[in-house]
Amino acid sequence: MSAPEILWQNVRPLFDALPVTLAVLGLLLVVGLTLGAVLAFAQTYGRRLLRHFCVGYEQLFRGIPPLLVLVIYWGILQSYGTPRILVAALALGMRSAAYQSQIFRGAIQAVPPGQMMAARSLGMSRIQAIRSVILPQAFRLAIPPWSNEYSSVVKDTAFICVIGGLIDLTRQAFMKLAPLSMLRPIGTQLILPYLIILGLFYLALTYGGNGLLALLERRLRIPGFEMKGKVER
Amino acid sequence: MPAGKEGHLGDVILRVEDLHKRYGKDEVLKGVSLELRRGETKVIIGPSGTGKSTLLRCINQLSVPDKGRVWLEGVEITHARTNINHIRAQVGFVFQDFNLFSHLTALHNVSLGLIRVRKMAKGAALERAREELARVGLAEKACSYPAELSGGQKQRVSIARALAMDPKLILFDEPTSALDPELIGEVLEVMIQLACGGMTMIVVSHEMGFARAVADKIIFMEGGGILEEGTPTELFTCPRCERTGQFLRKITELYGETDGA
Repeated sequence: MSAPEILWQNVRPLFDALPVTLAVLGLLLVVGLTLGAVLAFAQTYGRRLLRHFCVGYEQLFRGIPPLLVLVIYWGILQSYGTPRILVAALALGMRSAAYQSQIFRGAIQAVPPGQMMAARSLGMSRIQAIRSVILPQAFRLAIPPWSNEYSSVVKDTAFICVIGGLIDLTRQAFMKLAPLSMLRPIGTQLILPYLIILGLFYLALTYGGNGLLALLERRLRIPGFEMKGKVER
Repeated sequence: MPAGKEGHLGDVILRVEDLHKRYGKDEVLKGVSLELRRGETKVIIGPSGTGKSTLLRCINQLSVPDKGRVWLEGVEITHARTNINHIRAQVGFVFQDFNLFSHLTALHNVSLGLIRVRKMAKGAALERAREELARVGLAEKACSYPAELSGGQKQRVSIARALAMDPKLILFDEPTSALDPELIGEVLEVMIQLACGGMTMIVVSHEMGFARAVADKIIFMEGGGILEEGTPTELFTCPRCERTGQFLRKITELYGETDGA
């Protein structure tokens, strides 16, 4: 067999493993987004005790390596028969929520206070004001920093290979490394190109996702806003 | 007194009694009391930092006073049981820096309160918003976003936003202070129209031309209290306090006497 053939033979299983990575990524983003938003609002508008709880949560989850979080979650949850994909998504999602909450909090606080004041002066309740005035503006402000977090968690999904029986991109690739290195000399020479191809999978995910986010950002751009104070030369 | 306004004042609509407000060590309001009658326009003047804006914010509770009470049509706003959102929906507020909702078009800025607070159907709310924009001369700007409008246009949209709620009175907090001189006129024109149309309003402003044209009373505030209150003629010709006369001369010098209309 020629080198490209061997390479292709090993790359094809990566496509089979892609859905696992995508599923974990999708679920963890849902968990992170929802919980992150709740934490951000609780921390911005909540009472003292609630704010302290949020700070504690963020400190905890931002302070532990993702690999360790995964192992701990797996250790706790596997005895309850939780599906592996869910364990991975929960562990990484709750960790991402800590980061995302700071993104959302920053975005909420970047909306000028006069916006809340104007909404309340019309007789809107705080909840109404948050929903119709603060949230739509904060959402726009959150997109650029959120794309940062997105790029980061795409690569965090590679850690789920520590959960036995969950065959994601990285796990699949690593499983192919041993047989590949047996094929001397051609196989060993293919290991590096093979890993680079694995990297390209992740690159495609971050590139594609960030492209969509940039599109969303453009679609939601408020006319006239971006021209204000722009130095044109 | 402006022509056509004399004798047209109704019953007391707003009563403010002994308002105190402190920010940290700083006592901004040191016991302010005033009354406003239906259809009346009162202009508040005074040096900066004397609590003029704080007074307006305490009236609709955007700032909560430490002491003192406020009544709107006999209902005590400052009472803990009063639904403040219900009260605010009846009291318009126009800010110095507009505070238009920057993610919404002029039309939706005006209709938002109608839809969310008044629970009006969307179609009816938009129609009403269009009328209000036309009233401030901005019918053709309905689809513009705040960032696409000039300062004067923004302030007129924010007046339309307040008007759409059918307020019982409107509080204006230095509505022309953030505007370029040549844009002040268009905003004052709208406000003069309102005052002459019988709207009840309190205006914090140093536009003396406007005050002379439409104010029933001018209130001079200094040091967190009301130093003097009187008709424009009284204050301009024979103020009771030397300080009032001094201040009026100074701002007349600064801002001139143009009525802006």
